Amino acid sequence: MSAALALGDDALVLSHRLGEWAGHAPVLEEEVALANIALDLLGQARVLLSLAGDEDELAYLREERAFRNLQLVEQPNGDFAHTIARQLYFSVYQHLLYGRLAAGDGEFAGLAAKAVKEVAYHRDHAEQWVLRLGDGTEESHRRMQSGLDALWRFTGEMFQPVEGLDSPESGVDRQALESGWLAAVTDVVERATLTLPTGPRSGGWAAGAGRQGLHTEPFGRMIAEMQHLHRSHPGASW
Amino acid sequence: MAAVTAHQTTQKTLGTANAAGGPGSTAAAGETDAAAAGHLAAFDAAVAADERIEPRDWMPDAYRATLIRQMAQHAHSEIIGMQPEANWITRAPSLRRKAILMAKVQDEAGHGLYLYSAAETLGTSREELLDKLHAGRQRYSSIFNYPTLTWADVGAIGWLVDGAAITNQVPLCRCSYGPYARAMVRICKEESFHQRQGYELLLALSRGTEAQHAMAQDAVNRWWWPSLMMFGPPDDASSHSEQSMAWKIKRHSNDELRRRFVDICVPQAEALGLDLPDPDIRWNEELGSHDFGAIDWSEFQEVLKGNGPCNEQRITQRRRAHEEGAWVREAAAAYATKHAPAQTSPRTPASASASASASASASASAQNSASAQHVEETA
Repeated sequence: MSAALALGDDALVLSHRLGEWAGHAPVLEEEVALANIALDLLGQARVLLSLAGDEDELAYLREERAFRNLQLVEQPNGDFAHTIARQLYFSVYQHLLYGRLAAGDGEFAGLAAKAVKEVAYHRDHAEQWVLRLGDGTEESHRRMQSGLDALWRFTGEMFQPVEGLDSPESGVDRQALESGWLAAVTDVVERATLTLPTGPRSGGWAAGAGRQGLHTEPFGRMIAEMQHLHRSHPGASW
Repeated sequence: MAAVTAHQTTQKTLGTANAAGGPGSTAAAGETDAAAAGHLAAFDAAVAADERIEPRDWMPDAYRATLIRQMAQHAHSEIIGMQPEANWITRAPSLRRKAILMAKVQDEAGHGLYLYSAAETLGTSREELLDKLHAGRQRYSSIFNYPTLTWADVGAIGWLVDGAAITNQVPLCRCSYGPYARAMVRICKEESFHQRQGYELLLALSRGTEAQHAMAQDAVNRWWWPSLMMFGPPDDASSHSEQSMAWKIKRHSNDELRRRFVDICVPQAEALGLDLPDPDIRWNEELGSHDFGAIDWSEFQEVLKGNGPCNEQRITQRRRAHEEGAWVREAAAAYATKHAPAQTSPRTPASASASASASASASASAQNSASAQHVEETA
């Protein structure tokens, strides 16, 4: 069930990162919005992880090397623009991927059909903020560009094949996914008066590493915090 | 969580009265004494007949000021109250509990939004109220100046703090000011859901391992007395409640509500298998109610003065989030101005981001948010 783990871990980890914003958002409406997105993702994660086993065992008792999420989603929040850049890159990818899965007749079609509606809103939320920050003030423009640049190198991994997901019946065509993603992101970035980053997106350490269980250093601290209470009471129910 | 205390309704600062100056203000130039007397008579008659006062109705300046202060403190309590619980989101011990807790903290942000909006009908603005909070000129409920030290504290806050808040707030659904009363109807539904979730969390701990049971008991020991203090000082020391009672902003005395809360909690604690940390609780046959031990009001006064365990931490985090978010709000405002359609006024940052957020809100509430479920459950 590596595909369920890959998709489930993406949702679980990004939800956790968004949950870290609670009480720190720049405006009250964003407290509500970021929590809503985190809740949607957590709901998706629970369904996906349950396909692969016990949701809590998988979330709380795996070691870092056993997680299959993209390195992109585990990146620390940074400032609001950095979080929005992560949201843009991931939600456009997830929206296109789930759209394809929903249209296919693979095992994730049902889940994807439901989730794609949620993800459409996540994408809209990210795009609207990229426009506002890119075309807002000088400072917001600089911060938004910096967020896009910093996370660009983590985006290549999204287009690596995932075992169990890229079957003919699933409807996923990685090349089409990548070109669709690039076109959509380019469009938003240009409308926001920003510049599409030019650095490498794939190759080297970054490409496909998260899916292989190779994560970045902040991820270890993130799951240490996430897992410590559960692990401190072996066998307990909550 | 929402914890407007009776004490807060009685504070003396009436400074915002004229600044508020909404549509129904007596500040209207050229008003004659006779007209003013007529307004007051109509207002008094409406309150006496249990009718709602609405934003465009005339109201005494002091009534407006009292409401702004109380609603602002209530709204501030919601957003400060997010902090002690958000403290556990990243450590919630199961995914189900994590979803419940995130939804709850999100509800509190939502309550803050309703309440700031309701307060705005009186002629103030969210920005102005937040500035006062950050400057220490308006309060939030003192209960949030206590720390959440263990996971069980999340349950104790739900059971006791939300429970006390509901006891205080249910009567506010009949408050004479319409927008506040209507906001409270929705808030109370959500709060009662939070209260049951907290109870259920504690029940799981109480019936769990020895360590979990001990964690639950420790949390109840720490939160019980501060929860009782949420009802405000004893009636004989609360001389300012009288006007709020007459205006039907407040409907029951502090001691009356406190006693009602104890009566609710005693059998619930028994069902939980947890002890309330008060050896003097006993049934009073004559009153048909429980007697309980003396409250240490010196602690309450100290926390109120700013000397609680977390006063500094809470307000510092709030100010920091606001200051660090300034560039985002400025960007939203600048964008809205640049892209405002011709002939319409530029949108404020709040309304600009509200439109962005509305889409995301619709998404989760349609599916997995506990907020969506509990409205139905308690409706």
